[in-house]
Amino acid sequence: MNLQTNLEHISTEADYNKIVSDNENIMICCGRMGPMCVPVYAEMEDLQNEYSNVKFYDMLFDLPEAGVIRNMPECAGFMGLPFTVYIKNGKVVKATSSIQSREQITEILDSVF
Amino acid sequence: MKDKKFDIIIIGGGPAGLTAGLYVARAKVKVLVLNEGISGGQMVLTHEIANYPGINTISGFMLSRNMQKQAESFGCIVKSNIKITSFNLEGKVKTITVNEKDVFEAKAVIIATGGKSRKLNIEGENEFTGKGISYCATCDGDFFQDKEIIVVGGGNSALEEAVALTQYAKKVTIVHQFDHFQGFKHAIETAKNHKKVDFILESEIVRFYGSQSLDGVIIKDLKTANEFTKKIDGVFIFIGYVPQTMPFKNIIKLSKRGEIIADKNMATNIPGVFVAGDCREKNIRQITTAVSDGTISALKAIEYIQSK
Repeated sequence: MNLQTNLEHISTEADYNKIVSDNENIMICCGRMGPMCVPVYAEMEDLQNEYSNVKFYDMLFDLPEAGVIRNMPECAGFMGLPFTVYIKNGKVVKATSSIQSREQITEILDSVF
Repeated sequence: MKDKKFDIIIIGGGPAGLTAGLYVARAKVKVLVLNEGISGGQMVLTHEIANYPGINTISGFMLSRNMQKQAESFGCIVKSNIKITSFNLEGKVKTITVNEKDVFEAKAVIIATGGKSRKLNIEGENEFTGKGISYCATCDGDFFQDKEIIVVGGGNSALEEAVALTQYAKKVTIVHQFDHFQGFKHAIETAKNHKKVDFILESEIVRFYGSQSLDGVIIKDLKTANEFTKKIDGVFIFIGYVPQTMPFKNIIKLSKRGEIIADKNMATNIPGVFVAGDCREKNIRQITTAVSDGTISALKAIEYIQSK
């Protein structure tokens, strides 16, 4: 089961590991089809065209294998959906909790990638 | 986008803006919706809508999508995720500059910029948003299973969401600055009669504190000015909306609350500039009233351009 977005989806931990090993710059939004998450997916769908150096993915928060993101040390203390992580060369370089505006997302993309 | 000249430009893509777009496009009038966020506005933040006539229940996200598709099917162009960098609404030809480069022209403009959640704007609020502070009970409620939380506010949203959050939290305390509530009688009674809900009235949170996540709040008793600390796992804030009208404050008449003042035809003090939805001065803010405003503003804007 995946999110109903136009982003590429991560469904399993194996998917996640392959994507992380194959790509230099990655943004993954882990959430539900809820009010705080949907605006972030929409921004990501739009930003895909602007940031060709970054791969954009989502992952359904309730998948058991989404624990790969839910349980990241960088997400400890997060209590707001979605959990969004930015990965460079296999390392989480930034993580955010709850809704983020386009300005907040692009500020991170510009600074970490 | 090559074509920059339109009959009517609508600023904002919530229910008011999309309804206006639908009506204008259906009248075969050339229309563009410029939307700084994603389509749907505040409606997208509603998990389940159960009071939109003709539809039993629908998510705000799906209703937004449907509204946009319907408007587009009649020829309305919707441009989302743009930034309006300047505008001139006072002349006969209105101009709106997008992303500092694209200048769009129209004979009339409908402002439907809506509102956004009001924040407390106090120390720690930004730092702990998503780490204990939330503005959406349906999104984040399940992070607070068997925990103790605060709900801030005294209107229908605060009261109803406080009760809804009791399905997760072991205790919900409503903190409100007055000694009475602004919500409907049934919402007040339901909250007051709930065994998991209690109240701290005539008080306000003045600071959030914590380390990795929220640990507690400092609350000020407004009667005595005394401050005290309360350890808490989470805080949900429902203190209403602020109209998104600041860019227009020097040219369009606003109320003391920053809402755009309009007549019964949704016309503002500037000829050819109309307003619709939550950014307008009015008492009732619902999707249905936004849709109503959108309809009236569209038909009156069409009438305006055809009279010129």
